[in-house]
Amino acid sequence: MSDRLPVRKTYKLYLGGAFPRSESGRTYEVHDAKGHFVANAAWASRKDGRDAVVAARGAFAKWSGATAYNRGQVLYRVAEVMEGRAAQFTEEVAAGEGLSTGRARAAVDAAIDRWVWYAGWTDKLAAVLGSTNPVAGPYFGFSVPEPTGVVAVLAPQRSSLLGLVSVLAPVLAAGNTAVVVSSKERPLPAITLGEVLATSDVPGGVVNLLTGDAAEIGPWLAEHADVDAIDLAGAPAPLAMELERSAAGTVKRVLRAPADEPDWSADPGLSRLRPFLETKSVWHPIGV
Amino acid sequence: MTHVLDPSALTGGGSLTGALPDPFADVTRSNDAFRAFLHGLPGVDQVGAQARVTQLGTRSIKSTAKAWAIDTAISMVDLTTLEGSDTPGKVRSLAAKARRPDPEDPSCPAVAAVCVYGDLAGVAKEALAGTGINVAAVATAFPSGRASREVKLADVRDAVADGADEIDMVIDRGAFLTGRYLDVFEEIVAVKEACGPAHLKVILETGELVTLDAVRRASWLAMLAGGDFIKTSTGKVSPAATLPVCLVMLEAVRDFRAATGRQVGVKPAGGIRTTKDAVKHLVLVNETAGADWLTPDWFRFGASSLLNDLLLQRQKLRTGHYSGPDHVSVD
Repeated sequence: MSDRLPVRKTYKLYLGGAFPRSESGRTYEVHDAKGHFVANAAWASRKDGRDAVVAARGAFAKWSGATAYNRGQVLYRVAEVMEGRAAQFTEEVAAGEGLSTGRARAAVDAAIDRWVWYAGWTDKLAAVLGSTNPVAGPYFGFSVPEPTGVVAVLAPQRSSLLGLVSVLAPVLAAGNTAVVVSSKERPLPAITLGEVLATSDVPGGVVNLLTGDAAEIGPWLAEHADVDAIDLAGAPAPLAMELERSAAGTVKRVLRAPADEPDWSADPGLSRLRPFLETKSVWHPIGV
Repeated sequence: MTHVLDPSALTGGGSLTGALPDPFADVTRSNDAFRAFLHGLPGVDQVGAQARVTQLGTRSIKSTAKAWAIDTAISMVDLTTLEGSDTPGKVRSLAAKARRPDPEDPSCPAVAAVCVYGDLAGVAKEALAGTGINVAAVATAFPSGRASREVKLADVRDAVADGADEIDMVIDRGAFLTGRYLDVFEEIVAVKEACGPAHLKVILETGELVTLDAVRRASWLAMLAGGDFIKTSTGKVSPAATLPVCLVMLEAVRDFRAATGRQVGVKPAGGIRTTKDAVKHLVLVNETAGADWLTPDWFRFGASSLLNDLLLQRQKLRTGHYSGPDHVSVD
């Protein structure tokens, strides 16, 4: 039965828990590493970015208010669901990044393990980054880490899945909600990841994935007064500088981009968790 | 799509009540005659109305036109708080917001009115003294309208005595839906009389009228009875203001002016939350009733959360970047 017509997937955005097309109606062609046409992806506009920020802000109270334990369970669930789709991810990563199937599979496995790593961190952050402060008075002083808020993430351009998960998972583990602009040339794993997130108890709006050009949407997110932090991982050098400058207008937390894209398989430590946490210190009187 | 009527074709002459505008002088001589008149109004093409508003809703409004639309919409807002938990303090803070919706920007226009329950009209009046912003009070056993006429009229007199410039009354939907049109008519006439100098807005509560034909009948009924404004909803019933309903009401005020020379205002209320919705309504006004209605004297938005969205969009146009809910007041 080789004359069957294949049913092709329409790659759309993941926004507010739904999969809409870009409000602009635009799409662009995605090619594999050898230059062959693979699919049409939605080409997100600044207004999609704006809608995504509204969705992320709306989801923030519930996600940041969930217990750390619960957030860890949800992130672990993402890893479980991804595991079941590993073959599809492998195919997309292999085509997009031009890797052999074996190396692509290794990248997918590393991405799944990355979710598990960050899932474990959710309920340990307060113990590691918080403290009971010695104070010279009749009261206790506590410092506790709290999520920063809505984080705009410009995902790495080269590592389309492992890089994406490496920047997205810490944002979620800390209790933030995210607006992600995917790799421009390699957006397909991001959309498949959206399908995983939609079916793994991550509340709608906590992650919003936009496929398109970071140079187009990035400036709007950097200037947006309702975005609290921006991760410039996927912004090339001159753009990153410009975005840092505009982010200063609203005093955003900015995580700078390294000069060259790092090796995402390395142990990430706490370097990507700490920037998206705010420290709250409270005094508590002793006795009555 | 004009529906100017020839009432003599329906009534064939008869006694005059004197209070009604000339061509409709005797349509209310009996409930049967009034019923015949209202049911003789042309039917509304429901699908056509929906298609028309959908088409107008796709119109793109940009740059200077958008800036104008936002400022006009702000000046048309009836800033509303109608909760059981309202306090004098909340009304005062709402009044402060009505005067200066955007404290960072003095060029931002003030809203048209503050809309409160009757017992808080005095507080609102005091807080808005000398600003030119009106105080609107809901009355006549708002929102259900289920009380005797004496109670309703006392409610109205109370609010007017406390300084309300505008009264938002609800019609008796039970009477309307059972066909006792003359009862509804007489009640509006009585309330209008009790209002004295205050403007009367008649709430049709279109969400309970079910069909657009009923909305058209209720609009004509309210206008014939002397309402200065017809208003879609209380905001307590869903669906509240929808574009097709607003279209039908705008057609009614246009046709009413063509037939009688008297202009009546329109106020959609409830469910209008975004700038985009507001701009769609303004397009609808311009294309249906005409530019004469594009002022706060003849068109209002009953809203609370709409104002914040208008302010965010205004800040976006002024600063060039998106603003956020931290930059407008929580009310």
